[in-house]
Amino acid sequence: MRQATGGRLVGILGKHAFLLIFCVAALYPLYFIVSTALKSNAAYQLDPTAFPTHPTFSSLRAIIADQPLPRWMWNSFLVTLTSVAVSTLFALFAAYAVVFGRFRGHKVFLSTSVALMVVPPVTLLVPMFVFMVDRGWVNHLQSVIIFYTGLLVPFAVFFLTNFFRTVPQELIEAASVEGAGPFTVLRQVVMPLSGAASFTLVVVQAIWVWNELLIALVFLQNEQARTLMSGLAQFQGRYSTNQPLVLAGALVSIAPVVLLYLSGQRFFVRGLTAGIGK
Amino acid sequence: MAFAFGFPLVQVVRESFYAGSFSSPVWVGLDNYKGVIDDPEFRTSFFNNLKLLLAVPVMLGLGLAIALVLNDRIRGMRQYQAIVFLPYVLPATAIGIAFSFLLQENGVLNTFLRDLHLGFIAQDWIGNSHLAIVSVGGLVIWQQLGFGVVVFTAALLSLPPETAEAARIDGAGWWSLQFRVLVPQIRPIVELLTVIQVITVLSWVFNYVYVLTSGGPGYASSVMELYIWRSFSNGANGTAASVAVMLLGMATVLIGLSLWVRRRAEVPA
Repeated sequence: MRQATGGRLVGILGKHAFLLIFCVAALYPLYFIVSTALKSNAAYQLDPTAFPTHPTFSSLRAIIADQPLPRWMWNSFLVTLTSVAVSTLFALFAAYAVVFGRFRGHKVFLSTSVALMVVPPVTLLVPMFVFMVDRGWVNHLQSVIIFYTGLLVPFAVFFLTNFFRTVPQELIEAASVEGAGPFTVLRQVVMPLSGAASFTLVVVQAIWVWNELLIALVFLQNEQARTLMSGLAQFQGRYSTNQPLVLAGALVSIAPVVLLYLSGQRFFVRGLTAGIGK
Repeated sequence: MAFAFGFPLVQVVRESFYAGSFSSPVWVGLDNYKGVIDDPEFRTSFFNNLKLLLAVPVMLGLGLAIALVLNDRIRGMRQYQAIVFLPYVLPATAIGIAFSFLLQENGVLNTFLRDLHLGFIAQDWIGNSHLAIVSVGGLVIWQQLGFGVVVFTAALLSLPPETAEAARIDGAGWWSLQFRVLVPQIRPIVELLTVIQVITVLSWVFNYVYVLTSGGPGYASSVMELYIWRSFSNGANGTAASVAVMLLGMATVLIGLSLWVRRRAEVPA
């Protein structure tokens, strides 16, 4: 008996050790970014792995004061806010129509959405660029906003459709019988029920847009128009001898994502598993 | 949706048959495709995408192992899950930059190895033309691992506890419980995630490559997306479009596969 519990204890410790290895691997690069961003370049050159015993904000201050970083952050913020808002709003109506309106062809519409979710954005790059050049929108934020919105919509529709299916049909019928039009039903019955789902969707989409690099790199080449990610990619080459400075920029770009993640971690996990269709 | 996808999808196919600038395109038929296939840079890029496919079984295998351990109702499960999942949400650009510093010749990883008297393992992880794409694969695994963990854990937790209970009463050990009872039940989800991650490493790795190695040294760690981006930046729009069409062809096959697998995954086996 005693031996059996001893064996179990070893098993449990083994499992924790196994999980801890992955936790360390997941967290170390983050620790590296934070600790390096808080060092002076001289201290970093001396010992890149040392704990920052005398933390300095000089790298952070330099990157915010001397670089267009605040401008890039503002651009990223605007782009994220607009494209996520438009795509979520569109998806709310579309998913509502698919689930409760059952318009002709709603099945085709839905499978098209699912298929488009996995179209590689890079394949749309060339034609979209021509389109934006024709309108003179290159180097203007609307170019990436339009592109991002289009890329977000299929996932958003799919996600909300899955969620709306869990709303009891009787609720909708009851409201309709009482004479509520589709917009009233959407606003007063469905929306209040989908607060958590919508929040999840918004967070997942916002992080995707915030992190996107390829499209931002191609469409926004003007120093003032860059998003944070494409600006950051420039830093890497430009300041290759001052790694604390570059990682200070990386830290600034990561911070909002981590905050968003920590605030909505529960929703997040649920949102992603919903995205996979379970 | 029709605008954001329909228009460019038709357009990209059309452009792949033309050369020259956008204002004065010249019909060249299949010449873009021929040129691309003969280009060693394209071939390297294509094979690098195939090499990255090897990352899929690694990340899903590890993800499944972690999920199975978490599924034992281990204490601190939520916290473990949250930490392992964290890399997935971080911007690949920022993380890729950090990795490029960690992995460089005199970077943290090599310093660490030398301190442990394991200097013989130390390599130029980014500058070596054979290792660069391996490092990219490592970064992809690092970031994508948590996705598998979360999806698999959710699938395992939604299983009815009775089957596992019955197997335990029949005297099944830990290993046979995992691989004969639990894993077979979530097989549709494993298949679906496999397809999704295959699509990811074939067509969604630009970010990693661009910041970690820029496709270098030379073009040794280039991938198809980077090839498209490079041709496009050099004004070879037709070339870029023809590779985009090829990539789209591959993606279409996989998308078909994913729809099929998804349908199976929704049917309770």
